[in-house]
Amino acid sequence: MSNLTLRESIKTGLIEALESDTKVFLMGEDIGDYNGAYAVTAGLLKKFGPKRIIDTPISESVILGTGIGAAAAGLRPIVEIMTINFLLLAFDQLINHAAKLRYMSNGQIEVPLVLRTVTGGGAQLGATHSQSFEGWLAAVPGLKVVCPSTPKDALGLFRTSMKQKDPVVFAEHALLYGVKEEVPDEFFEIPFGKANIKRSGDSITIISYSGMVRTCMAASEIISKDFNVECEVIDLRTLRPLDFETIIKSVKKTGRAVVVEETWKTGGFGANISESIQLEAFDYLDGPIIRIASEDVPAPYNRKLELGTIPSEEKIVAAIKQNFSI
Amino acid sequence: MDQSKTIKLYQDMLLLRRFEEETGRLYMEGDIRGFCHLYIGEEAIAVGSISCLSEKDYIITHYRDHGHALARGINPKNIMSELMGKSDGTSAGKGGSMHIFDVSKRFMGGHAIVGGQLPIACGLGFASKYQEENSIVLCFLGDGAVNEGEFHESMNLASLWKLPILFCLENNLYGMGTHVNKTRSSGKDIYKIADSYKIPSMQIDGMDVLEVQKATQQSIEKIRSGEGPVFLEAMCYRFRGHSMADPSSYRKSQEVVEWQKNDPIIKLEKFLSNQKIIDQQKILKIKESVDSEIFDCIEFAKNSPDPKIESLLENVYQNE
Repeated sequence: MSNLTLRESIKTGLIEALESDTKVFLMGEDIGDYNGAYAVTAGLLKKFGPKRIIDTPISESVILGTGIGAAAAGLRPIVEIMTINFLLLAFDQLINHAAKLRYMSNGQIEVPLVLRTVTGGGAQLGATHSQSFEGWLAAVPGLKVVCPSTPKDALGLFRTSMKQKDPVVFAEHALLYGVKEEVPDEFFEIPFGKANIKRSGDSITIISYSGMVRTCMAASEIISKDFNVECEVIDLRTLRPLDFETIIKSVKKTGRAVVVEETWKTGGFGANISESIQLEAFDYLDGPIIRIASEDVPAPYNRKLELGTIPSEEKIVAAIKQNFSI
Repeated sequence: MDQSKTIKLYQDMLLLRRFEEETGRLYMEGDIRGFCHLYIGEEAIAVGSISCLSEKDYIITHYRDHGHALARGINPKNIMSELMGKSDGTSAGKGGSMHIFDVSKRFMGGHAIVGGQLPIACGLGFASKYQEENSIVLCFLGDGAVNEGEFHESMNLASLWKLPILFCLENNLYGMGTHVNKTRSSGKDIYKIADSYKIPSMQIDGMDVLEVQKATQQSIEKIRSGEGPVFLEAMCYRFRGHSMADPSSYRKSQEVVEWQKNDPIIKLEKFLSNQKIIDQQKILKIKESVDSEIFDCIEFAKNSPDPKIESLLENVYQNE
C-alpha cells in the first residue's frame, strides 16, 4: 500500500502507460516545462523527453483534433485539456468527430483517446472556471465518461481507460487532487459501469459522482448520528457506461432516493437517473426522488455566494429531513 | 510525360463528372436523399493531386467528397451505395454523401463540419512523423473553412511542428452562397495567408489538371524532405449549386457560362487531341467505358439491400 494523493495516483497511471507502450504520448497546454497547471505531469518531460511529453499552443480544437487524428492512425494519445471549461473550445472535435468517427465509418476508424481534464468549482474561480460538464458529455453516444472520487479509483479507472478503443473523457475534480488514500501497490483495475457502494444503509439511497461523493458521505454521517438513519451512498464512478443495476437494487431496498451532483439542476445528469428509478422501482418508492444540485446561476466569485450555490452536507441533510420526515 | 498516365487523368476526370451527373439525376428522382454536394467543375483538383500520392499517404477532406473518393480509387459501386444509404455502401449506410470513408485506402473521411477535418489532418501528420512513416497527408478544404478558428489553429500547429501535410484549398469563390469578397478581410489570394504561418504557398489554376499535378508533385517532394507543410490554393468553380438544395440566387448564369468555357475535362481533351495522343475514336471509347461503369454502379447500388435494422446500434462503441 502507498498513501497517495489523487494527483500522485493519476501520475502513477500516466507513467505506467508511457513505460508500457511507446505509442502512448501526452499532449496539452503547459504539461511539460511548466509541469502541468495542476502539477499532475510534473517531471514527466524530464523523464520521457519532448517526443512523448508535448507542450502545445493554447489551441484546444487542434490539440484534441491532433489527438483524434493520431489515434485514428494507430497511436495512443493522452490529451490534457487544462480545464473542462476550455473544452468548450474543442466541442466540435469532441462531439462532431471523436464521438462519431467509429459510427460514421461503420467501424473502420477507432479513436482510442484518453482526454484528461479538470472539472468542478469551489475554488472561487468565478463563472467561467467553475463548471462541471461531465453530465453533458455523458449524453453523447460514442463517448465514455469517467469521474473518479478517490485516488484508488482514479488509478484503477485510468488503467481501464487506457484499454478502451473509444474516446474516454477522464474528468478529475480540482478539489480532490490533494486528497489522500491508501492505494494498493499490486496491480488492480476498476471496470467501467460498476458503481461503488461507499456506505451501506437501509433507509435512504444517495447517488452521486466526482467531488460530491465526499459531501454525501459527510451528510450521511450527520444523518446517522443525529437521526439514527442509515444512508447508502453510491459513487457512480463512470457516467457512461452507467451502472443502473446497483442504483435500482439499492433503491428497491431503501425505498428512498436522493441524487446529488455539482452541476446545475436544469438538464443535470441526475434527471436521467431519477427517470430510471421511477421507471424501474416505482412500486418500491416511499417518497419523491430528490435531486440536489447547484442553483441555476453562473458560479459567483464571492465565497459566501459560491458556497450558497454548490450543494453542501447541510443542504443535503436539510433536504432529506424535509422530504423524508426523519 | 507518360502518355498513358495523361489519358488516365482524362478518364478519371470523366468518371468523376459522369458519376456526379448521375448522382444529381438520382437525387432528383429521390434515390439519394439528405445533403448532396456535387463536385462538377472541380475534377482537375482531386484527380491531379491524388494522382501524385502513394498508397501509404492519407487523404482527408470536406463534405464535397465524392470526387476525392473516386480519384483515390474507392470502388464507385460502394460510393454510390453509400449515397443511396445501402448496406454495400462504404459505411453500410451510416455515413451518407458527406461522410465517405475507406481506411484501407487511407481515405480518412469526408467531414461535414466546415474546417473540422483540419485538426484531424494535423493528427494524421503527427502520427506519420512520430512513427517515422514518411507518409504525407493531403488535406482538402474549401474557401469557407479559412474563416474558421480551426483553420488558424491547424495552420499554426502544422507549421510549428513541421507536419507532413499538403493543404489543398479548393477556392470555388463561394462559401455556400456568399462570395469570398464578402467574407475575407484579405479579399482574393487566400494563399497569402499561409505566409503568416511561414508555410510555403502557391496559387494555381485548379481547372488545369496538369498544372495541379505538377504543383502537387513539387509540394510533396518538399514535404517528404521534412520541411513541413505546403499550402496550395487551387482556383476553381463549381458548375452546379452548393448542394442539391441550392436556389442559385447569388450568382449570375453568365458567370457560370464563362467558367464553363474553362471546363477542365474539355481542356485536357483538347490538349490530348492537339498533341495527337488520342483520336476521336479513342475518346468515344473512353466515354463509353466510363458510362458503362457508372451504369453498372447504379444498378449495383439500387440492388444493394438496405442495412438491417439491427445494425442501428452497432459501432457506437467497440464490440457493442
